Amino acid sequence: MKARVTVTLKNGVLDPQGKAIEGALKSFGLEGVDSVRQGKVFDIELLTTDRAKAEELLKAACEKLLANTVVENYRVEIV
Amino acid sequence: MKAVVVLFPGSNREGDAVRALEMAIGKKPQIVWHGETELPAGTDLVLLPGGFSYGDYLRCGAIAGRATIMDAVRAHAARGGLVLGICNGFQILCEGGLLPGVLMRNKDLRFICKMQHLRVERADTAFTRAYSKSQVIKVAIAHGEGNYEADEETIKRLEGDGRVAFRYCDDKGVVGGRANPNGSTHDIAGIYSDKRNVLGMMPHPENLIDPLVGGIDGVGLFKSLVAA
Repeated sequence: MKARVTVTLKNGVLDPQGKAIEGALKSFGLEGVDSVRQGKVFDIELLTTDRAKAEELLKAACEKLLANTVVENYRVEIV
Repeated sequence: MKAVVVLFPGSNREGDAVRALEMAIGKKPQIVWHGETELPAGTDLVLLPGGFSYGDYLRCGAIAGRATIMDAVRAHAARGGLVLGICNGFQILCEGGLLPGVLMRNKDLRFICKMQHLRVERADTAFTRAYSKSQVIKVAIAHGEGNYEADEETIKRLEGDGRVAFRYCDDKGVVGGRANPNGSTHDIAGIYSDKRNVLGMMPHPENLIDPLVGGIDGVGLFKSLVAA
């Protein structure tokens, strides 16, 4: 079973890297870019085939390590 | 005073920490590997040194904050034992749940390595009793992620309970504006735990203990610990 975990900064948390990328995109003259927020993606292969167990495991992984919930949100997708 | 310095893969300021503690205590502190499960018996002070533990992978201090030795450090802190985290050590304390908040990327994205003035917010703790309140000290900073952030409620609690240890300031002790090098909330350079036995700080007092390298304003912190 494969999963994808996406970690993003919470709204309102300053993201200087996202701002720098946003500035670079705008400097290319790419019309229509409003704002950029940078995040992280983790592709994880799981040994279990039980969906509920997988979700529980991934939630624990996010809470324990993958996301710092002070400033980050996470989203789990089983693919 | 029995001090130990915890070594993580990627720590690089442990030598400076050992030298500063040896200067203050009169004997070399023991180095403890991060994979240990216990601190040496009779440990009074645990120092988490600066560096780039685990190459700053994932988030600064994230993996080190969950190392096996950290359970022992958390238990030591819960017993009222002293813990000092400097630079990456501060990041590890935040990630390891010993201090609230998080150190984010510097506001202007640059790694900053320079001398910096700090204002000592209170001089009645185990870490600052050799200083005076509002004393301005000059120490070094060297970090890319020193921008302290926490939710509004946490900041309010830190301020209300007098848990800000040091603030970035100019040479006259004026806080704010250009004196803040990294965008840190309320110019925070270091904070205490609720019982003030844990201190996390981004600046490097351990590098300012010898007039040969530009000043001795860091000595007070280590002298304070010995008096504790």
